[in-house]
Amino acid sequence: MKKILVLFAIFTSFFFLAGTNAKACELNNSVPVTSLSAGFDAWKVVTSAMEECGNFTPTLDQEYRDKLVASLESNPSQFTMAGVSASTNVSVLDAGVTRSLDDLVAKYGDSLQDNQKIVIDGKIMAIAMMTNAQHLFYREDILSDLGIDIPTTYDELLKAAKVIKDAGVVDYPLGGTFKSGWNLGEEFVNMYLGFADSFFDGNMPAVNNNDGYETLKMMKKLTEYMDPEYLTSDSTYVQQQFQQGKIALANLWASRAGAMDNAEESTVVGLVKFASAPKAKKNGKPASTLWWDGVVIAKNVTDEEAEAAFKLAMVGLDPANLGANPEAAPWLSNAFDPAPSNIGAILTAKSGAAPYPASAKMSTLHGVLGAAIGDYLTGAATAKATLEKIEADYITAATEKGLL
Amino acid sequence: MKKSTFLVFTMPSFIMMTLFIALPLLIVLIQSFQFNQDVLETIERENCDPFGCKTETITVPVLDENGNKIKNNIWVGFQNYKNILKFEQLSSVISNDGFEWSKIRSIDFYKALRFTLTFTFITLPFVIILGLILALCVNVLINRLKGPIIFITLLPFIITPVIGALSIKWLFIGDGILTLFLENILDKDIALFSQGWTIEILMLFYRVWHTIPFAFVIFYAGLQTVDKEKIEAAFVDGANRLQRLRFIIIPHIMPLIVFVALIHLMDSYRVFDEIVGFSASGFRISLQWMTYDFLRIDDSGTRSIGRASATSVLTMIGIIIILIPVLRRTFKEQKEKRL
Repeated sequence: MKKILVLFAIFTSFFFLAGTNAKACELNNSVPVTSLSAGFDAWKVVTSAMEECGNFTPTLDQEYRDKLVASLESNPSQFTMAGVSASTNVSVLDAGVTRSLDDLVAKYGDSLQDNQKIVIDGKIMAIAMMTNAQHLFYREDILSDLGIDIPTTYDELLKAAKVIKDAGVVDYPLGGTFKSGWNLGEEFVNMYLGFADSFFDGNMPAVNNNDGYETLKMMKKLTEYMDPEYLTSDSTYVQQQFQQGKIALANLWASRAGAMDNAEESTVVGLVKFASAPKAKKNGKPASTLWWDGVVIAKNVTDEEAEAAFKLAMVGLDPANLGANPEAAPWLSNAFDPAPSNIGAILTAKSGAAPYPASAKMSTLHGVLGAAIGDYLTGAATAKATLEKIEADYITAATEKGLL
Repeated sequence: MKKSTFLVFTMPSFIMMTLFIALPLLIVLIQSFQFNQDVLETIERENCDPFGCKTETITVPVLDENGNKIKNNIWVGFQNYKNILKFEQLSSVISNDGFEWSKIRSIDFYKALRFTLTFTFITLPFVIILGLILALCVNVLINRLKGPIIFITLLPFIITPVIGALSIKWLFIGDGILTLFLENILDKDIALFSQGWTIEILMLFYRVWHTIPFAFVIFYAGLQTVDKEKIEAAFVDGANRLQRLRFIIIPHIMPLIVFVALIHLMDSYRVFDEIVGFSASGFRISLQWMTYDFLRIDDSGTRSIGRASATSVLTMIGIIIILIPVLRRTFKEQKEKRL
């Protein structure tokens, strides 16, 4: 009997807690709303604020891009709203599965700044909430112990890595998101934009050149200082390597910076600092691309659902909510000062890194890059053969899609 | 049996097979000769994001009045197959460099085919021999132990393949428990996921570990039907253990060995879970993985249905070729029995 009473007490306290939580949101949402987005910390901050308004079911999935277009294409759409990035926004735009938000912004979007509005041919199609970029994470204690300056170019980074390796203070001097597939493709894109400006000549690829060669060579040099299992290492893995004190330097996503000081996971709280992504050429721009993440609303839902979804999104993106979690991401809001962990992204943007050149042809090339480069890094193929393969594979895929 | 009765009895399964096997196969075959394209147009578009506004010339799909993409299926003959098999590149490599593997493997299909074949034929003998040994061992156990032992032996087979692969990966990757253990014993830095051949061995090991229980159960069931009198007679005649195995037991369960081989060849030629589970695609790919990769939607929201279908058809042809010897044997036996 006692046990039952205790259980009962626990249950009621849950209800009580849930009840108090629901009151944290002033909006009382009565229309069921669902969302699909990536799963990193920023999305957790936004969606958990929205959940407090009730009737909201978020799906947080790092592989969300695999199902994004297909699920919004169906009628009615499988999700009322979705979280997209600069490149996945192109896929939903091209498929025409998201709706224009002008009316809703006029009605409910007072808290939005102009730079949050993604405007395509005059129509607001998405609301950006944060920027993202891969930039330098470094262990301040290690660099200062060994008398190394913060690397600003990749040549300096390699020299620093050598000193750290010789000193033997960490398992591996460098970390890198080199997992074959999308991650590895993104590394090439970042580095290549440090050497050159454009991937294309019209719709034809233009990476089989000296810049492409230099990019590959630099990537290979970096891997020599990494955990040899780099082809399986994604953002979460690099984040954990940092948190467990196994690496000293890495170019990692700004959205991962907050986790460095998360005392529950990290053994290096306060020791990891952030700087702009290094440059590939001495007087060039940072070898990184600027991204944004934001919210879109599906076309194939009722106006009522869309309205509810937008109102919820405004709760999630409310500067008060974002300002309570400034370390989770480089938020776009000007209402509060950015957290110290956002400094890397800001510096990268300030030093002139290019926005990710999102387009259908870029997505095609990105996929080809991610599949082809692994063989070069492991030594199974030469740089020349790899660049030729990239070009040939792109042409095959682009022809099939009708781009050429 | 009357013809009409026969028809009535077989009709449901005939309809099912047409609907769920023949028709999908036909569709895949048709798709493999087509490009599935969006109708595209090149336009100028003004795009404003947090990094500023710019007008770019881009190629985008044309949308119909309901706002959906207009899809077009274009007949392209064998183009999809050519794009996968790349005979021209292959012949130019062979005529320039001879049969140099490092150059040939740059064509994905041959890289995948090499791995798939190695995987299939190396795991086969291990599964059959180890499965048989296990069955023979369990067969001579005292009855009280048999139940629990059979249950424990079956465990690897019960685990979902992807989950099993993931757990083995986590045991051996980077700082996995077993890697740390091995590093401690050998006093060496071990990175099993940093080169292809170690991952390949892990994948082979995993598949053998996972499939042995299947072979074991079949063989164990077969062993229960071996004629005890024959064995005793052989014993009296002075046949030793090995001779009894070779001349009585193995011939008796031969049909089962053929059956296990057949299933295993089919299954392992479609190797896929291991590549995903072990994140091996940077080093090793299989034919099924190629199909999956082509079918995966990319950031532009499209997939290569044509090439995916063509690899499926090629995989099917591969399985048929591999099974021909086994099937011929079974067919011959059936015929002999009828005579």
